[in-house]
Order: sequence, then structure tokens, then C-alpha cells
Amino acid sequence: MPGYSAFTLVRNALSYHENWQRAWRSPEPRPEYDILVIGGGGHGLATAYYLAREHGINNVAVLEKGWIGGGNTGRNTTIVRSNYLWDESAAIYEHSLKLWEGLSQELNFNVMFSQRGVMNLAHNLHDWRELNRRVHAIRLNGIDSEILNARQVKEEAPILNVSRDSRYPIIGASMQRRGGTARHDAVAWGYARGADARGVDIIQNCEVTGFVIDNGKVAGVETTRGRIKAGRIGVVVAGHSSVLAEMAGFRMPVESNPLQALVSDPIKPVLDCVVMSSAVHVYVSQSDRGEFVIGAGSDAHVSYSQRGSFDIIEGIMGALCELVPMVSRMKLMRQWGGIVDVTPDRSPIIGKTPVEGLFINCAWGTGGFKSTPGSGHAFAATLAAGEPNDMAGPFTLDRFRTGFLIDEAGAAAVAH
Amino acid sequence: MFLIECPWCGPRSQTEFHCHGEAHIARPKYPDAVSDAEWADYVFNRSNTKGVIYERWVHNHGCRRWFNVARDTVSDRILAVYRVGGKRPEVTP
Ligand SMILES: Cc1cc2nc3c(=O)[nH]c(=O)nc-3n(C[C@H](O)[C@H](O)[C@H](O)COP(=O)(O)OP(=O)(O)OC[C@H]3O[C@@H](n4cnc5c(N)ncnc54)[C@H](O)[C@@H]3O)c2cc1C
Ligand SMILES: [Zn+2]
Repeated sequence: MPGYSAFTLVRNALSYHENWQRAWRSPEPRPEYDILVIGGGGHGLATAYYLAREHGINNVAVLEKGWIGGGNTGRNTTIVRSNYLWDESAAIYEHSLKLWEGLSQELNFNVMFSQRGVMNLAHNLHDWRELNRRVHAIRLNGIDSEILNARQVKEEAPILNVSRDSRYPIIGASMQRRGGTARHDAVAWGYARGADARGVDIIQNCEVTGFVIDNGKVAGVETTRGRIKAGRIGVVVAGHSSVLAEMAGFRMPVESNPLQALVSDPIKPVLDCVVMSSAVHVYVSQSDRGEFVIGAGSDAHVSYSQRGSFDIIEGIMGALCELVPMVSRMKLMRQWGGIVDVTPDRSPIIGKTPVEGLFINCAWGTGGFKSTPGSGHAFAATLAAGEPNDMAGPFTLDRFRTGFLIDEAGAAAVAH
Repeated sequence: MFLIECPWCGPRSQTEFHCHGEAHIARPKYPDAVSDAEWADYVFNRSNTKGVIYERWVHNHGCRRWFNVARDTVSDRILAVYRVGGKRPEVTP
């Protein structure tokens, strides 16, 4: 595969960029593979990439019912950070952040990872104490994290309203400077291109409609493009995890809820870090195009409609106008929803299912864009060995039976 | 956003209500007698159906009463509203 470089950019400019090579093939599915990955979001594609790259397994296909990256991967607000409270989470999110730091070079694809810093605001005494506790716990895990007072917050983000009599006074914030944002599509495309170059078949418009199960062991899938055989299969379908589990005959501790995001009209650069507030469910950053990218909360009801409720937008915009008063004079250009798969402890599930040979990687919920590289890396190791690796181990589906929950719900609340 | 037909107050905006998840989940009668797996199924597993779901709503900014709803989770259309303890109505999405 010819690489991308400044030289190829100049050469292709001479032919008006009409002759770029395709980034990946569009092969017909073969009747059988060693490993199938269901779901062509970032996590599925990263899994396939690392299977080929780290484990030398390239008789692999990724089956995607629509277009790759069209699910939550292409719908999220792209915040990347690793400041999680519990050791198990810290390990996998920090592993992921380290992979992000070299990802554009690794993939020869600019994923536009920008370590502009992620700030989490505290609005009251309880927030402040909790934030201090978290920052110290996070630092004990060797992850960068600092505490800012209100004056420092204002210096980092002058557009914030830090006056004492505002509705949501800002007491201070935590800051992870290595956190930031990345280009969502590029992550899907970069992994797809890298996997394809190593022999993985990426098969789009191919919906899995059932499993072939033989004596409790998976033997293949039924798809809209016919039956495909494989003795080892990884399900990476985010909001549709329960649907695929039902096809395979087991139940999941997961609910699928709409989560929304919106963008404003573009303005000149005024915000060069990510600002998040768990208390008012606001998270905002400014894209390279100048738009404010704003994340809203999720609905409490189950839905597969990819649309959230309007009152959620109303609530979040009300809070944002208080925190960032200039927003009241901006227009919102677009709004959309994705379907996020959420567990009771707000931690993902990676590992075995009750069906032999069938593995699952899901429930990244409202915050799994940041973990795309780490999750793919851990799941590839799990699929290659047939056993969860150290990083995936604690996130077993079985934890809901044993009681070893990883309660990020209480620890990280709603934030991404 | 939905318009929800409260059995007591009539059609009201969704903002007055809160959804409390799947209905018809019965607590095992003898918790000591069930296995860990059965208990986990009761506490954590949910149908999360793509299609018709039966769920509990409460009119918390109105009459504050609970009731059940049958809803198509693909179109978000509400297909039936019925009382807590009532039988699941047969509906087609
Ligand atoms: C509005 C919003 C904002 C978010 N903000 C952030 C954020 O700031 N930071 C962060 O870290 N995370 C965020 N997230 C969460 C993040 O987007 C997800 O956790 C992550 O993208 C999940 O990636 P995935 O590859 O697992 O899923 P997806 O990208 O959803 O991919 C799953 C794929 O499976 C396919 N599929 C489903 N069923 C089938 C089938 N039967 N056969 C074949 N294919 C199938 C789907 O078409 C889809 O492409 C946000 C999510 C949303 C919706
Ligand atoms: Zn009522």
C-alpha cells in the first residue's frame, strides 16, 4: 500500500486530487474466515487491525451493516482522556491514551489527535472535595492530573463565567493536559486502511441476522449477504449488543439509550481546551473549523431511534448559557443522536459469552471513543488467545454474577 | 419528545414524566433459593428490546402516579398505556 506523505500530496495535486488510490478494498465475503468481527465502528476496526498487526492473524473479516464509522464512532464529541478513578479503568484508558499519542504515525493516517487538555469543573463544595480525591487517586496510578483554582480556570478558558454570583459558580477544576480531542472519522478510516493493507476484508452493507451455533459452540453467522463460517467471532456493535445477544440466545445487563450532541456556527478561536461539567451535564470544545462541539445528556428510556428528546437540549443549552454567556448569541447548526449501550456500573464488557467461541466487546456507553485503540488492542489479544488478557480480564460479563463490579457510575458520574 | 397519555391526567408532555425502565420484572419469591446467576438476571439483565418494550413511567410533575406503557423503541411510538399490575397488552408496532 502506498503511504501518505507530503510528496504524494504534491504529486496528487498535479492531477487535481482525482487519482488517489482507494484507502481499502471492497471485497466479496469469502465463505469462511478464522475470525469474524461484527461491527465496523472504531472498536471493531481497531480489533481487526491489532489482530493482523500484533497477532499475525489476517484471515479476518469485519462485517458492518451500514458504512464503517456510521455508528457512535461518527456521532461522538471526540473527547479523549484517561483520568478514571478505579485501577481497572485507569489501566485500560491510560493504555489507550498512550496508543493515541502515537496513532497518526502508527497508522500513517492523520487522526488529528490534539492534546489540548481536558478540564472538569467543580461548582460546589461536594464537587470540589470529590474532584480533589479523584485527582490524587488518579496521580497515584501514575496518570497526569492537576488541580486549578478559579483564577487559573479563567486563565485557561477566559470565556467561562467565574463570577461568584453566577448560577453555577466555578470553584476550581481538574485538568488532564494529555487529554484532548481527535478526528472521529479518521480513526475509523485509519484503522480500516491499516487492517485492509494487512489482508483483513472489510465488508460493508452486510448485516448479521443470526448465528450458526453447533452444540453450544459458534460456527458462523447468517448475514444479508449469505452465511459466513468462523469458529471464533467478536461482537462489537455498541447500541445493538442486546439484539445480537438475543440472536445468540443470552441476555445482557445493558440498556440502549439515545445520547445527543450539537454544533454551533463557526467562530474565531476562543476556546483551546475541553471544558466539562458533570454537575450540569455540559461538555464543550471548539473544533478546528471553529464550531463549538457540545455534548448533551442521555435520555432515560430505551430507544433505537437515534434521536433524543428536545428537553435534553433545552436543559443543556440553559446551563451552557450560564457557564459561557457568549453562547447565548450563537446559533446551533446541527444536532444528532447516537444509541449508547450502558451497564449498571457504567463500565464496559470485554470477554467471553455463554456461547463458546463467541466473544463480546461492548457497553462503552457514553464514553468509549477515547478507548478505541486500547479496547481494540485488548480485544484482539482476547480473540487471538481465546482468553481475556490482563487488561480485559476485570471487564468480564461474569462480574454481574460474581459481584466484582467496576463502579464508574459513582466515580465518574455522567462525564465522558 | 413524546406526548404521553397519563391514565389519570390525559395527554401531557414527556418532560412531566420520568421513565423507570422495564416493567413486569418480578423479584424472586425466595431469594435464598435462587442461584447467583438467577439473582444477577433479576437485578441486572434487561430485555432492552429493539421493537415493542413494556416499561414503567411515573408522572412526577403531575399526579405522581405510576403506570405502564407499551412502546416501539424503533419509532418511539407509544402503542398502549395500561395500569401497573395489568397484563401486557397485545400490540403491533
Ligand atoms: C452523542 C455522543 C457523544 C459521545 N461523546 C463521546 C466523547 O466525547 N468521548 C468518548 O470517549 N466517547 C463518546 N461517546 C461514546 C462513543 O461514541 C462510543 O463509546 C464509541 O464510539 C463506540 O464505538 P464502537 O465502535 O463500539 O461502536 P459504533 O461506532 O456504534 O459501531 C458499532 C457498529 O456496529 C454496527 N452494527 C450494529 N448491528 C449490526 C449487525 N447486526 N451486523 C453488522 N453490523 C452491525 C453498526 O452499524 C455500527 O457501525 C459519545 C457517544 C455519543 C452518541
Ligand atoms: Zn398524571
